[in-house]
Amino acid sequence: MLQYTVKRVLMMVPLLFLVSLGVFALVLLIPGDPAITIAGENATVAEIEATRERLGFNDPVIVQYLGWAGSALTGDLGTSLFSNESVTGAILGRFPVTISVAAAAMTVALLIAVPAGIIAAVHRGRWPDRLATLLASIGISMPNFWVGILLIIVLALMFPIFPAVGYTPITDGVGAWAWGLVLPGITLGTTVAAEITRQLRGSLHDVMQQDYIRTARANGLRGGVIIAKHGLKNAAVPVVTVIGFQVGFLLGGSVIVERVFGLPGLGDLAIRAVLQRDIPMIQGIVVVTALVVMLINLAVDLSYGYLNPKVRQQG
Amino acid sequence: MTAATHPAAGGAAAGKTDPVLVVEDLEVEFATDSGWLGVLDGVSFAVGRGETVGIVGESGSGKTVTSLAALGLLPPHSSRIPRGSVRLDGVELVGMPRRKLEAIRGDDISMIFQEPMTSLNPAFKVGDQIAEVVRRHRGGSWRSAMARAVEVLSEVGIPNAAQRARSFPHEFSGGMRQRVMIAMAMACQPKVIIADEPTTALDVTIQAQVLDLMRRMSEEHGTAVVFVTHDLGVVADICDRAVVMYAGQVVEQAEVDDLYHRPRHPYTAALMTAMPQLTGRSGRLATIPGRTPAPGSMPPGCRFHPRCAHALDTCRAGDDGAGGRVAIRELDGGRTSRCLRVHELTLEGTE
Repeated sequence: MLQYTVKRVLMMVPLLFLVSLGVFALVLLIPGDPAITIAGENATVAEIEATRERLGFNDPVIVQYLGWAGSALTGDLGTSLFSNESVTGAILGRFPVTISVAAAAMTVALLIAVPAGIIAAVHRGRWPDRLATLLASIGISMPNFWVGILLIIVLALMFPIFPAVGYTPITDGVGAWAWGLVLPGITLGTTVAAEITRQLRGSLHDVMQQDYIRTARANGLRGGVIIAKHGLKNAAVPVVTVIGFQVGFLLGGSVIVERVFGLPGLGDLAIRAVLQRDIPMIQGIVVVTALVVMLINLAVDLSYGYLNPKVRQQG
Repeated sequence: MTAATHPAAGGAAAGKTDPVLVVEDLEVEFATDSGWLGVLDGVSFAVGRGETVGIVGESGSGKTVTSLAALGLLPPHSSRIPRGSVRLDGVELVGMPRRKLEAIRGDDISMIFQEPMTSLNPAFKVGDQIAEVVRRHRGGSWRSAMARAVEVLSEVGIPNAAQRARSFPHEFSGGMRQRVMIAMAMACQPKVIIADEPTTALDVTIQAQVLDLMRRMSEEHGTAVVFVTHDLGVVADICDRAVVMYAGQVVEQAEVDDLYHRPRHPYTAALMTAMPQLTGRSGRLATIPGRTPAPGSMPPGCRFHPRCAHALDTCRAGDDGAGGRVAIRELDGGRTSRCLRVHELTLEGTE
């Protein structure tokens, strides 16, 4: 298992290098010249040139890359072209919000999907399965922003149970923090729940037909234990894969929900950076997001090793 | 090894007087698109304490269905038992509530399956899988259950059992995995073990080892074994008594020696001539013409008559003369046969 883990971690290094190359190439590929934007509308050619020189845009590409990547490795992702704010600082300020929303959504999703998927798999083809499948289809087809607005209208305005907008940091109290995340969590979680339910239903149903499940039955293990232990552990590999994808989606795709609920998250920051052509900020956000997605994939890979001992051996 | 050397074995008579497992008039039906279809028809047999009984028949004869039905392992929604009884030590298992049945399975009666490669859970260590069964039925600490698991593993001939208990199923060969399955089935010292073709998927050399192991375990612990197989050679090797099944019915029952010396049903005789290891290599390989009939298209009268070399018109007519079923005939020496002409025919056996 240790060897397997080390192998997976080492495999991240070349991947990170490729990501950094891609991110850096953004600067060259993005249309428009940030120097012109920064220097201001009435700037002279000389002023623009001076700005360019100051920002290092005139250096050879390789020098620019090494400079950027070198400081990125030390945790310095540069400075915003507009606010003089450190990119790392801006991202660190926003990241807890996005992570909190993603965690809330995943909690909601798992609370729905695990029971629904199990019920559907065990009663495949009969009414509990049909109901779960129907709900999953509805969950997938409902647009996030619409669910969000609906929830705000009903559960925040008509019946003021939850806050309509805003984010309470966890440092201001775990209860208030969690309470504020309920509606965004449900909004984002329903789609994710539907995906996980579908995957779990299929894979658990297949596992329950296996010979070793019959062995467990023949040895008198209780029905619930057979499903929860012998069934789920084997059915989990494809489900964990989907969960990994969905976490990526939650981190990157929560922009609309952040807007709907007025949450100062990473998505909000990203949109502003793109609109302003704030290149260091865009680069920083992409690198951090890519790193997080890779860490999630690493966690998924490591979970394969736990769930399927054969994988562990093959490395 | 013959029946006489088994300490607790008593053959057919013992099966009747002191039975540990009694299957009586068992019927099983499966759901099809055109309604419920009978696959077992009045299956009856008894297994004496410590006795080894072989259930023999071709694929589709209903032997596996019989064993799954005995443990209540048939799929709940697509199968049903409209009639019949399975009693383990006098306790009726048919219709028993699921929870009570779960408590008995693996404790008083357990099962070994044909496919050792897929019958163990790939995600758990073998020791844990056995210990889980022990704790389920015996309770106690995880440590003591694990100690028991290691004990049975070494009993079934797994070298370095304490260490191997921490291995996963994929780290074992097929024969070793079947030993693990046997260990799991024996872990709670059940009264009856049903072994469904436990050696079929194994290499011939491994087969003999596993058979020896099963015989030894049965003798040492006085466990009754129901050995389900298509292989008459295996039955001759380890069983006291044989129950021959054809097309969902029991067609003949006898002590193994009697059965081989003088079969009393043409199907048994045909099976014997179709087994190369029993007839020797001199003659050409005999086969039984035709195929096992499918449920739903059973021939009238005797179900074997279309393939039987001795069939007459009366065989087709059955007991009632109108194509009804042929009843079991009780014969001397505790034997039974479902042949209409059982008293006219003299069938050739083998040594």
